[in-house]
Amino acid sequence: MNPNVPNPSTDAAASHSLLPRGHTYGSVTEKISEVVLTTRTPWSWLFGFSVGFTLLMVLMMAVAWLFYRGVGIWGVQVPVGWGFAIVNFVWWIGIGHAGTLISAILLLFRQEWRTSINRFAEAMTLFAVACAAIFPLLHLGRPWVFYWLFPYPDTMRLWPQWRSPLVWDVFAVSTYATVSFMFWYVGLLPDLGNMRDRARNRFVRVLYGMMAMGWRGAATHWHRYKIAYLLLAGLSTPLVLSVHSVVSMDFTIGIVPGWHSTIFPPYFVAGAIFSGFAMVMTLTIPVRKIYHLEEFFTIRHLDNMAKVLLATGMMVSYGYLMETFMAWYSHGKFEIYAVINRASGPYAVFFWAMIACNVLAPQVFWFKKARQHIPTLFVISLVVNLGMWLERFVIVIVSLHRDFMPSAWAMYYPTIWDWATLFGSIGLFLTLMLLFIRFLPMISMFELREQVAEQTEKKEAPR
Amino acid sequence: MGQLFHPNANAIAKISIFGGVFIVAALVWAAAELYRSPYVTRAGDPISQPVPFSHKHHVSDVGIDCRYCHASVERSSFAGIPPTKTCIGCHAILWADAPMLEPVRKSFQTGDPIRWKRVNYLPQFVFFNHSIHVNKGIGCTSCHGPVGEMPLTWQQETLHMRWCLDCHENPEKFVRPVEEVFNPHWKPPANQLEQGRKLVKQHNIKKLNDCYTCHR
Repeated sequence: MNPNVPNPSTDAAASHSLLPRGHTYGSVTEKISEVVLTTRTPWSWLFGFSVGFTLLMVLMMAVAWLFYRGVGIWGVQVPVGWGFAIVNFVWWIGIGHAGTLISAILLLFRQEWRTSINRFAEAMTLFAVACAAIFPLLHLGRPWVFYWLFPYPDTMRLWPQWRSPLVWDVFAVSTYATVSFMFWYVGLLPDLGNMRDRARNRFVRVLYGMMAMGWRGAATHWHRYKIAYLLLAGLSTPLVLSVHSVVSMDFTIGIVPGWHSTIFPPYFVAGAIFSGFAMVMTLTIPVRKIYHLEEFFTIRHLDNMAKVLLATGMMVSYGYLMETFMAWYSHGKFEIYAVINRASGPYAVFFWAMIACNVLAPQVFWFKKARQHIPTLFVISLVVNLGMWLERFVIVIVSLHRDFMPSAWAMYYPTIWDWATLFGSIGLFLTLMLLFIRFLPMISMFELREQVAEQTEKKEAPR
Repeated sequence: MGQLFHPNANAIAKISIFGGVFIVAALVWAAAELYRSPYVTRAGDPISQPVPFSHKHHVSDVGIDCRYCHASVERSSFAGIPPTKTCIGCHAILWADAPMLEPVRKSFQTGDPIRWKRVNYLPQFVFFNHSIHVNKGIGCTSCHGPVGEMPLTWQQETLHMRWCLDCHENPEKFVRPVEEVFNPHWKPPANQLEQGRKLVKQHNIKKLNDCYTCHR
């Protein structure tokens, strides 16, 4: 161990700064890169990975059975044609919003507390988008011809139906995935160079070397890097707002009561950020504990995220309020019934659970004690994740199951395969996330070094 | 620490970036071309049959009308494959002992139909009706090609949906006077477009390019 590495500071000492004093360039780099370069894998990682991988196999089985038998294995029917697939899609894509928000928007606003969590949140975004993207594909009756959604020189003279939100989704999600990936990867380059130089095994060195694409840390490299990173941040920023707006239009384009509303785009974006931050919190809390990274993922980070949760939670609550108000204000029989059915129909328990999770639970974050109490943060973040899944359930299924004609009403019951696909996608997410933690530096080392430099300068500057 | 990569690695890196775009594009292009080629569509590929029946001989040399054998083409979705009786009608007298026609005689004696191999294959999710095309002025050769010049019959066109739509969206380019429908040697006149537009109006031909026109 490097003697410069300070003892892990306690939460109390670190509570008001983003980085404890006494860190040097070397100690920061060593601490973060050792998580990857060590040959000892923590047992908790192995445990998490075995759970994730098992669930991933469940997903594989569910998907194989789906390809063999078709969407009939799910609980979807008329009138609930969308079912769990769309609920899960919207849930995952919402979760995938925090990364880019943290990385791009907070970068442009020069919020320096983003530094420790941006890499982690971006990786989470990528994996959440990957989980999201499989659901609309699986939901296609014939998933193997999914490429018909792209405009390509085919032999059928089919052209995507540009009036269909499904096509908008394809473009919104694939753009988002591409830009998020580039942003994440470009941000990784300097650290990959660092990993290459620190790796002790030749094979590992060559691997990181290839991924680092010849990064040498030359002044020209840094110059171009800064420009590229800023440009990508500029590109990603509108995407944070646009992607979930487009997803919300999947609903608003339809005339189903409970969907046909102009508040959906902003309300969905707020919900996305809400769920995304909750997921970042759910993941960082155990990771900081297991890897002893409390000095990088500090209490102040968690406190800030809790504030974001509170703010976006209030926006989402405003959305619920406005939906109800507009139903009343519209005097539309069907809109009013949609609201009443949500609160008192056969799925009322889901609605009230959603209110409890998304509206009431985050209110504890008004109190600083709660914002800095780790178990509370962890529990509330899980509750919010659940609440946001319930929200999508209420929007998709409760709206569809009773629309205009009572003769066409029906109940929706998910099958075992619906559940297998949902939990399987969590397995895919966990597996990818844990592989990322094991093989790539989960905190941006060079940006932390920059922070060390700033801190030292502040200390030494004459006042 | 020693050098990890040879200086050549820079060139490889640059080529791989270039290749990522152009090699992938070339592969996609090659796949698209292959999919359109006769290798996949089997267009222009003569099919060997149990009896080497020559449309060239029967149509061009002898001058038999299409409908003599494909009798239901004007009334039915299916043009009709002639029963062995139709063959024997002539071949009881002409070439009655030709060894080439042994399967025909055998089929006539036993009542087992000749197992002709299908030349133009449309998938089952496409509803195609011969009678409407023939009655509105789409000739046999418009889709089946120069049948009067085929010693063994082959599929002339790709049968891709794009090919169907080429005509469904611009029928005036292909439509002919109804009396010319069964003329195997008809060539579009110099003023085809002008005449075609007139015929389209006369026969009330609509642009039928909705999905459900063919996929019901």
